[in-house]
Amino acid sequence: MLQRTSRARLADAVSPWFVLIGFNLFCVWAATGYVMGQTQSKEYAEPEWYADLWLVLVWVTYFVVYIRTLARRAEPHIYVANWYYMAFILVVAMLHIVNNLALPVTWGSGESFTIWSGVQDAMIQWWYGHNAVAFFLTAGFLGMLYYFLPVRAQRPIWSYRLSILSFWGIVFFYMWAGSHHLHYTALPYWVQTLGMTFSVMLLVPSWASAGNAIATLNGAWHKVRDDAVLRFMFVAAVFYGLSTFEGSFLAIRPVNSLSHYTDWTVGHVHSGTLGWVAMIVFGAIYSMVPKLWGRNDMAWPKAVEWHFWLAIAGTLIYVVSLWNAGITQGLMWRAYDEGGALSYSFIESVEAMLPYYAARTLGGGLFLAGALLCALNCRATMRAAGNRVDEADRPLATQPAE
Amino acid sequence: MSTDPKKLPGADPHTGNREIDPVTGYDTTGHDWGGIKELNTPFPKVALVALALTVAYSVIAWVLLPAWPLGRDYTRGILGLDQQEVAEERLRDLATLRADWLGRFEDPDFTALSNDPELMGLAMPAADRLYQDNCSACHGRAGGGGPGYPVLHDTYWLWGGAPDDIAVTLQVGINAAHPDTRWAQMPAFDWMEDGQLSALSGYVAAMPSDEADPDSEAATLFTENCVACHGEGGAGGLMNGAPSLVDDTVIYGQDEESVMVSLRNGRQGVMPYWSERMSDAEINALSLYVSRLPDDGAVDRTETPQASEGSAAEATQ
Repeated sequence: MLQRTSRARLADAVSPWFVLIGFNLFCVWAATGYVMGQTQSKEYAEPEWYADLWLVLVWVTYFVVYIRTLARRAEPHIYVANWYYMAFILVVAMLHIVNNLALPVTWGSGESFTIWSGVQDAMIQWWYGHNAVAFFLTAGFLGMLYYFLPVRAQRPIWSYRLSILSFWGIVFFYMWAGSHHLHYTALPYWVQTLGMTFSVMLLVPSWASAGNAIATLNGAWHKVRDDAVLRFMFVAAVFYGLSTFEGSFLAIRPVNSLSHYTDWTVGHVHSGTLGWVAMIVFGAIYSMVPKLWGRNDMAWPKAVEWHFWLAIAGTLIYVVSLWNAGITQGLMWRAYDEGGALSYSFIESVEAMLPYYAARTLGGGLFLAGALLCALNCRATMRAAGNRVDEADRPLATQPAE
Repeated sequence: MSTDPKKLPGADPHTGNREIDPVTGYDTTGHDWGGIKELNTPFPKVALVALALTVAYSVIAWVLLPAWPLGRDYTRGILGLDQQEVAEERLRDLATLRADWLGRFEDPDFTALSNDPELMGLAMPAADRLYQDNCSACHGRAGGGGPGYPVLHDTYWLWGGAPDDIAVTLQVGINAAHPDTRWAQMPAFDWMEDGQLSALSGYVAAMPSDEADPDSEAATLFTENCVACHGEGGAGGLMNGAPSLVDDTVIYGQDEESVMVSLRNGRQGVMPYWSERMSDAEINALSLYVSRLPDDGAVDRTETPQASEGSAAEATQ
């Protein structure tokens, strides 16, 4: 995408491979760390210091490759998707480094102590955690949306101005919002209020992005109807709008007093990851794979349609059941009888989860079945590679810039 | 290439417009990103209105609530709220509500309290929550026990099943860290020879069905080593934590293999003490609740757990 929208080759031949292999090596270390108990007990930041240092190396290389490629672009400006990618790479590096500052117990040991203490540690962790969602799971994927959606729909971006407002709004407001993860804790009240209010203001640029994406489909609605790939992207934009509304809503302190520590939070996260992140990724995969293997279409076009309905049914069942589960939990935990005693024991709230967790398993199963179908479809497409050259491919020969 | 849209080839020299999108009627910005174009749509007013509304919401919140840092202090907000004070006030309100009935458990006459249906209607559901949140993990949702954990809804008790006795067990625990804890230990008879252990296990395993041979060598071993705690004929009931061996109530199991494990390794299960976690009144309400768990009239053999090596608890009701 960066190469297409900048009309420039990647800046280096070796370092992109280093980034690819290095990042996957980090993932292996992180995943084995979970299994073997080698973690520093920070949510989304579990890997220990040696893996963290390695990731810094990989990520800085990533940033250098990205910036050098961007610097040699043949377009006078930078496309909005590339702004999002730049924010994604830069901010993730910043978050990762600050939250993982730690002193190893010894150089030969996997354990370490964080340099932050007490409530500062909690605040740094959730500044990190929330912006990991913002810049990893949002900015990076908005970049994908801003590329694949207009390309697939063959429509211009609805509003250039709106895309600029959304970008700076999201980048600015998200930075303040992390403290809404720590409502009603030892974190000072004033930090909670700031986190709450900035989370509410964040709704506007978030919806501006979602609305811009959906309005871009004006004039291409027949394609949304007929093309499951474009429908994936449309649904992703809708779920992006839904999850960001829900996020701002849950960040309001009194709402949070009901939802916090319940499965509502889990449902919210999955409406973002399954409904938004995964859907746009599926749309991107189905756009890229035929192109890369020189075909007009996936090998099994009908399987794409099946995947779409499996994914959307799975996501809806999953998310709706967890909404119900979370609200049920929240109401049961806060209920007191007329004598001032708790109305329910904790185990009763666990038992009440049975139907919701059963539905959740079903929803997750449907979603996973769709993803497996996608993987098989990709394999079949790759094995039936053609030799079509994309008409949109244009020579990379640089044109005189300004 | 010039970035001035008015000078781009094909552009309108006055407006810089290059092409009009037929669907929306707007022109494009003139950029072309690998085929992607952008419309020059004016800024939608609804977005500005929404931004104004959310900013207004935020400003109101900042005025009312603690919000902005000022060096070592922060703006307090005109409502003057303090989250700790709010939380403590709500807890006090609930404690006041509970005091009406919980107060009567401070120094209880259990029989009198049991005969007050109105009080029981408030106290027993509350005690059920206490039981489920604190006791059920080991003793089961309905008091049915588990491997290594005693049944609470039968009539068989090691330390007494009256509310007063249960209250003491809750206050000090069994083999717990409390200085006055109830104490019991089944020592390890690892000094016995294998043949003796085997004979003794068989003998004890046969006791509930009354098939143990009183003239065997094992019977002598039993008299010499076991009777002091388990009572004459293994009948138990000495209020010392040692279970009866004749009515199949041993929580670690009384089949030959389980008895062998108990003999070789000994047993010393733990019941935690609760006097630091619950008030005296709560402990008394809970004791009454446990004593009232529906007794099934006989020793419940179906729910008597099987032997479990390494279980944490002991036959210590």
